[in-house]
Amino acid sequence: MTTVEIKPPILVVGPLAWLRKNLFSTWYNALFTFVALWALYSFLQPALLWSQTEARWGVIEANLTLFMIGQYPREQLWRVWLVIYLLAGLIGLSWGVWKDAARGFAVIGLGAGAAFALLCFFFGWESWSHWLIACTTLLILYLVGRYLPYASFLTTVCWILYFPGVFLLIAGSARIASLPPVEMGAWGGLLLTLLLTIVGNFGSLPLGVLLALGRRSKLPIVKYFCIGYIEIIRGVPLVTILYMADILLPLFLPVDVRPDRVLRAMMGFILFEAAYQAENVRGGLQSINRGQYEAAQALGLSGTLSTVLIILPQALRAVVPALFNSFISLFKDTSLVAIIGLFDVLRIGRSVLAQSEWLGTHREVFLFAFFIYWGFNLAFTYGSRRVEEALGVGKR
Amino acid sequence: MNIKAFWRDLRFLQILAQAIFAIIFALFALYLYSNVVANLAKQGLTVGYGFMDNPASFDIGESYIPFEASDTYQRALLVGLVNTLVISVVGIFLTTVVGVVAGVARLSSNWLVNKLAAAYVGVIRNTPLIIQLMFWYFGVILQLPSVKKAIALPGPAYLTNRGIYMPWGEATSTFAAWRIYVIIALFSIVLIAFLFRALERRSSLPTPLWWNLAYLLVPALMIWLGAALQPESPLKQTIPTLTGLNFKGGLRLTPEFAALLFGLVLYTGAFIAEIVRAGIQSVSKGQTEAARSLGLTTGQTLRLIILPQALRVIIPPLTSQYLNLAKNSSLAIAIGYPDLFSIAGTVFNQTGAAIEIIMVMMLSYLSMSLITSILMNIYNNRVKLVER
Amino acid sequence: MNRKLFALFSLLVIVSVALAACGAPPPSGGGAPVTVKETVIVTVEVPGEAPTAAPPPAAGGERLKTVLDRGKVICGVHGSFQGFGFVDSAGAWSGFDVEFCRAWAAALFNDANAVEFRGLSAQARFTAVQTGEVDVLSRNSTWTWTRDAELGLTFGPVTFYDGQAIMAKKEIVTDAAGGLKALEGAQVCVQSGTTTELNLADQFRAAGVSYEPVVFEDQTAAFQAYDEGRCDAITSDRSQLATQGQAVLKNFADHVILDVVMSKEPLGPAVAQGDDKWADAVHWVVYGMIQAEELGITSANVDSFLTSEDPVVRRLLGVEGELGAKLGLSNDFIYRVIKLVGNYGEVYERNLGPFNLARGQNDLWTNGGLMYAPPFR
Repeated sequence: MTTVEIKPPILVVGPLAWLRKNLFSTWYNALFTFVALWALYSFLQPALLWSQTEARWGVIEANLTLFMIGQYPREQLWRVWLVIYLLAGLIGLSWGVWKDAARGFAVIGLGAGAAFALLCFFFGWESWSHWLIACTTLLILYLVGRYLPYASFLTTVCWILYFPGVFLLIAGSARIASLPPVEMGAWGGLLLTLLLTIVGNFGSLPLGVLLALGRRSKLPIVKYFCIGYIEIIRGVPLVTILYMADILLPLFLPVDVRPDRVLRAMMGFILFEAAYQAENVRGGLQSINRGQYEAAQALGLSGTLSTVLIILPQALRAVVPALFNSFISLFKDTSLVAIIGLFDVLRIGRSVLAQSEWLGTHREVFLFAFFIYWGFNLAFTYGSRRVEEALGVGKR
Repeated sequence: MNIKAFWRDLRFLQILAQAIFAIIFALFALYLYSNVVANLAKQGLTVGYGFMDNPASFDIGESYIPFEASDTYQRALLVGLVNTLVISVVGIFLTTVVGVVAGVARLSSNWLVNKLAAAYVGVIRNTPLIIQLMFWYFGVILQLPSVKKAIALPGPAYLTNRGIYMPWGEATSTFAAWRIYVIIALFSIVLIAFLFRALERRSSLPTPLWWNLAYLLVPALMIWLGAALQPESPLKQTIPTLTGLNFKGGLRLTPEFAALLFGLVLYTGAFIAEIVRAGIQSVSKGQTEAARSLGLTTGQTLRLIILPQALRVIIPPLTSQYLNLAKNSSLAIAIGYPDLFSIAGTVFNQTGAAIEIIMVMMLSYLSMSLITSILMNIYNNRVKLVER
Repeated sequence: MNRKLFALFSLLVIVSVALAACGAPPPSGGGAPVTVKETVIVTVEVPGEAPTAAPPPAAGGERLKTVLDRGKVICGVHGSFQGFGFVDSAGAWSGFDVEFCRAWAAALFNDANAVEFRGLSAQARFTAVQTGEVDVLSRNSTWTWTRDAELGLTFGPVTFYDGQAIMAKKEIVTDAAGGLKALEGAQVCVQSGTTTELNLADQFRAAGVSYEPVVFEDQTAAFQAYDEGRCDAITSDRSQLATQGQAVLKNFADHVILDVVMSKEPLGPAVAQGDDKWADAVHWVVYGMIQAEELGITSANVDSFLTSEDPVVRRLLGVEGELGAKLGLSNDFIYRVIKLVGNYGEVYERNLGPFNLARGQNDLWTNGGLMYAPPFR
């Protein structure tokens, strides 16, 4: 009887096997690994060393409020907090009502709220309690949402009312005694950045839909007008549009109408973003099967009715991922208002750099701004992906 | 021929709708126009391009065409346009390289390389370009050592906060004669392509991969020959050397140019990486396997099977990224590179001619976008033909 | 795709034709000499037109009425210029130019805080005045012929007499009195859209010194780039070199401001042309502040002057006479300004004192300076 010597099997599991498979499978992969490791080390080592020793992060702490709300009057700060509570509440409500679709944003909201609360507590800032209230609001309204009758309808209404509500809260009104008006010039920092993003996105959607429909119209004049508008706007840099909104717009308006610069920038964003939204929506319209038109016609719906009732809802649903994407890209693009002199996060950063006690803190300030945008976009991407999954869009 | 029913006639309704649209549009345009006239009259301002011939009387730091303060505004704007074109063309070239490398790295089986590429793409795509530009400019390039303590790289190239200096060729007296050879050499590339195509058609077999070397060797040989025939070398190498306050000789990339180029290339490269990755992934694995079973080599598979199909997916979005790069170069104003937008801003400021300047600026960008998309469309159509 | 492009191209052609058409009519023909003639005609026309437009006071007083109805002054200022117009980390405005805005608010509303500040970039500032977005511009702007005649602005009394200067590192320029020659081949940081940029070109050309400008859209950015060693020298108004130099540069002592005076830079408030009533109100508030300093009236002692027997003081403070009412303001408007903001000297000391900026030309005429207010009578 001969015994066959069976060699022990080559490792197929365990960390070593993983390393071998993923990092050292061939000689050139091993080489790549070493090069990548070296690059990573030579970048991270000085960066970490700098952030621990040389960096003066105090510049951020001293100017945090400025970064967040700009010159918004400090005694009116509660209005901003109220906006945050309301947002937290709405997210909680949506989570309770729509479950999976809103879970991503709810998790982000809770996580961010808790993280900020901890951070503020750790640094000894007063605002930790506000974040705690926001988190609690979110959780309470989650429970409310689960047992609410007509929940879906009510939540939608709340969301629709939210944005004008935010505007009223932030801008105030001369008629409401407890909400004294705050001039738009004082809106700044992240507050301004977010408001510009929201207005630019939602404000441009109706115009974008019209342009997209116009572009597919059979009427040549309408069609070519829409094509011309879309392609001209897409052919020039955003900063020229903003420049135009800032400098030329007043010339095109009646002599006594002089909207604030922030408002003009918002108009600029709406006009700009509409062209891009139109292309998004057009993509959605093209994805709709011809059969849908024919079916609508067979039911006796007129052209307009079939577009509004049958085609658009489906098209808009199909472009949800594209709309989320344009939200992110517009959020980034709002930083260009710094060029026309509005005090968004970036420009606040630059004015902070002019404070004598924080000279030469470019890296700290720009990195902070960088992380604001990055963190927000990561969170937003995460949340929106959950929405897309729950809606079953974005995958064909 | 029923007169009564004309309002039910679809064609009539369509014309009516368009007429109404046109009238509303015309009225709106007229309204805007009258506002402009009223506003201008109130300020006692006039509109016109007469100022374009006045001397600019400001200097421009960086210019590829001769410019002095006594030149006209028109020429100043032209300098800006050329600066924008230069950064766009160089940027498009480099960003393609970065994007393709990063896109391929995203598909690497090496975990670390893959994740590094993913991190690069994720971080860059999610932050505003303008912050990246400022970071590169103020945070990195201006933090380089001064000229006297320059970081020397082999070449010799020097990194300083006054710019990046590297060796460069300088034209000599025979440059003009030699240029003709270079043009012929470039032309020969097209000829070789035609030749190869004819050969392929005749033998119905793909040409061996190493033949492609001809694309490189033949023009190189001609350029070298052209240079060898001249009494004096057409290009003289100049090496940056420290004289006085600054380096002299060689090629100097100003800090503004370098930061803008760096920022634009890295930013657009991240987007191109995703496009390249999606393009390559769009070609199913079965294609590769089928090609291999037909006996094609790896190179042939890549060249004949994968690339033509991937390019079809890649080209259209790539075009819009190229356009984005050109448009984004307008952010140069944040870091002081005198591009079209920045110079137009200065001219506007010195003359107060808002409408005129913005019109010139928008038309320039629009024409640039149009020309790029036409060129890329031509290329796109060629790629499509190859596929058939 | 091709059809789309074609459509777009035709559109482009139409736009350019329209542009050419709108560009053509105003100048009588084109060409350099004609253009020069045209500008002359414009300057002649404006005063020619003014009498016909000005007489009905209602037309001239629109802006003053608008401002009074609104209840606050909208004032265009600099946002990141310590000493002149600056937002601190608490979000509050401060600075020399900013205080004049407060003075106008005090004169009009007896409330120095009835101001809405608009931080304006160098590029946007004049358009903001032209289009009426701001009532008055108080943003260290130089009064020049072009701005006055062609940009449709009316400049007020000079609040700060400045001159362009150039600052360089001590290691490069050893002798401040040595002139521009030491800067041969230098790279000079400068802000775009300023008179500074133009004077720089003129002065170096006149001196026959070659240089390379590095142009920034933002003054702070220019100073920071200079500080990081991007440029050998930086040029700006002398006041800015001193204030920004101390505020923004890491070590101001390492730098030297050359003795060359490169230009005259009279800085002052600007309002839109064609509204004399509003312009008068703006101007006389400033004059009042200068006059008050001359008379020794300060925010601390102004109340004691109310009982003064001196008719000049009495008229100035509105105790007697109808000076304010004739401007469409209250009679005690200067009193309010002095009480709530202070006289010219106080404003100067409060904002520019910390930077050790000597009064020099900005001292009263009685002290050998240029500050001189027309008589209040």
